[in-house]
Amino acid sequence: MSTPAELDGLTRERVLWAYGIVLRARYLDDRRFILNRAGKLAFIISPRGHEVAQVAAITALQPGRDRFCLYYRDFAAALACGFTPEELMLSAFARAADPSSGGRQTPGNFGSRRRGIIIGSSAVGTQIPKAAGIGLALKWRAEGALCYVSFGEGATSQGDFHEGLNFAALHHCPVIFLCENNHWAISVPEARQVAGPGVAARAAAYGIPGVAVAGDDFLAVHAAVRAAAERARRGEGPTLIEARVLRLQSHSTDDDQRAYRDPAELEAEAALDPVPRMRAWLLAVGWLTEPDDARFQEEVAREVEAATVAAEAAPEPDPSTLTRHVYADG
Amino acid sequence: MADRTLVQAIRDALLEEMDRDVRVCVLGQDVGLKGGVFKATEGLQPRFGPDRVLDTPLAESSIAAVAQGLALEGYRPVAEMQFADYIFPAFNQIVNEIAKVRYRSNGDFSCPLVIRAPTGGGVRGALYHSQSVEAYFCHVPGLKVVLPSTPADAKGLLKAAIRDPDPVIFLEPKKLYRAARGPVADGEGALLPLGKAAVVKEGATVSAITYGYLRAVTQEAAVRLEAEGISVEVIDLRTLRPWDQSACLQSLEKTGRVAVIYEANRTGGFGAEVAAELAERGFAHLDAPVTRVASPDVPAMPFSAALEHAFMLNTDKVAAALRRLAEY
Repeated sequence: MSTPAELDGLTRERVLWAYGIVLRARYLDDRRFILNRAGKLAFIISPRGHEVAQVAAITALQPGRDRFCLYYRDFAAALACGFTPEELMLSAFARAADPSSGGRQTPGNFGSRRRGIIIGSSAVGTQIPKAAGIGLALKWRAEGALCYVSFGEGATSQGDFHEGLNFAALHHCPVIFLCENNHWAISVPEARQVAGPGVAARAAAYGIPGVAVAGDDFLAVHAAVRAAAERARRGEGPTLIEARVLRLQSHSTDDDQRAYRDPAELEAEAALDPVPRMRAWLLAVGWLTEPDDARFQEEVAREVEAATVAAEAAPEPDPSTLTRHVYADG
Repeated sequence: MADRTLVQAIRDALLEEMDRDVRVCVLGQDVGLKGGVFKATEGLQPRFGPDRVLDTPLAESSIAAVAQGLALEGYRPVAEMQFADYIFPAFNQIVNEIAKVRYRSNGDFSCPLVIRAPTGGGVRGALYHSQSVEAYFCHVPGLKVVLPSTPADAKGLLKAAIRDPDPVIFLEPKKLYRAARGPVADGEGALLPLGKAAVVKEGATVSAITYGYLRAVTQEAAVRLEAEGISVEVIDLRTLRPWDQSACLQSLEKTGRVAVIYEANRTGGFGAEVAAELAERGFAHLDAPVTRVASPDVPAMPFSAALEHAFMLNTDKVAAALRRLAEY
């Protein structure tokens, strides 16, 4: 089989860049879990199982131009938007140099004004109508930028989900609503969370496109987000995308899903891990070779090690800064 | 100087600030086509268009969230909640998002916006058009809370709130919208700083600290007591967070007797915070317990005229409380 020059408009270089981000997310996450179990990190939310969908989505967008309202599981998306492994480790260790919050928020609340990543919170779903407001501003400014907002399927139960989609659809705001549906909101399964035929189908009520994609299919997620971006930049309004993914780790380091999930199902899902599947796909199309992959993985492992060492050694926030930044003058 | 009602002063402030700064925009239910249920935004949409004066869906959480999104993008939104009683669906957006943006981003982001809401009772508005909600927001670091009581204060403080770099909850006593009338300056001459109380009337025996609709009531009570030989100093806080502690302490040191007079129900009301702070910091100067004069702890103000009257503080009730304090 011949090696394609492009797949669905994506070059080999671009896809390997994305694969590198996926690998970094996985290696960092594994390292964070070890550090958590060693008592060095207080709290982590894992993206395990979501990485390919997250990076495929961001690869279709323009960090630096677009706005991103990420949620707490968007670790791989944050890397794809430009956060470095060291910066994310600084956040995990709650160090003063954590660029998102200076150690004030739990890791996963990403923010960087210069990168267009709007500082998030742990309150579920609040970013959805906020993204509609950002979209309204971007529409007024008419520079072709859009706002990407992501959330889990649990967030679709919030009133803010409806309010945000309704507002963005009414005003044709350039917003991409992306639901990373991993079928579990901590211990509550999708069957007890989402009524009707699914998240994507809800788009019909707002008169906007609703698209469901397999979250482990890099090209499918990328194509869905790219189409939504083109529509948004043309001034035609928002799109709702539902990427179906697996939650291969517990909700957080304070949760253990083995206590409430079927062991056979967990085992079956582990075999569907999207990271090795992406690797297998790249090997199959000839864009990646085994030796190249081994070299990549070594590089990523070294980078993660260096990031960990640097972040752990970095100073904690000065206690005297506790009362800063409550108001502009403080 | 023009003669204006309080609601006209609000509208003038919005108009002047929108003229001055193209980033200022207004959003809320009925603010555009209708010009607001109290006419606070009357004439703004014909002048500034349907984007800058935006009629939103009937959904308070998204009104606050959209305002936040606009502020994060550099606009200066002024959102209207039709009644303070209906601000609660937006509480999560205000408390968890808007108020914390600056702090949680370590100063990287800010969220300068104003949320206006008519507050308070005495207009037969019953349980859901009469509530005093200021205490909920005064508890939240990151927010500023303003509650004016005269047309000049309403205009000057709203202009300052719109220019402020932080989010401001701006509560307007609806009973005064048309009842309060007075001279109001134009343009920059109208500006007033946030965080400064007004000594409305000087006095020597009792300090009466109040805000909102009860400023006028307290003034009437003070005039009545003056005739009885009790000299009352009346202070209008105007801004509740941050509140003017030094003006209040100065008055306390002079009189040794303080009453805090507020329209909300007594327990956990903002006046309780004022009383606690003054008792703690002014204890050595006090000749009597710091006293709260507030509404009863019932869920809200009933519709019946008789029950509404029983709920509301009035000149008689305030005068009686101040007299008791003077005689303590």
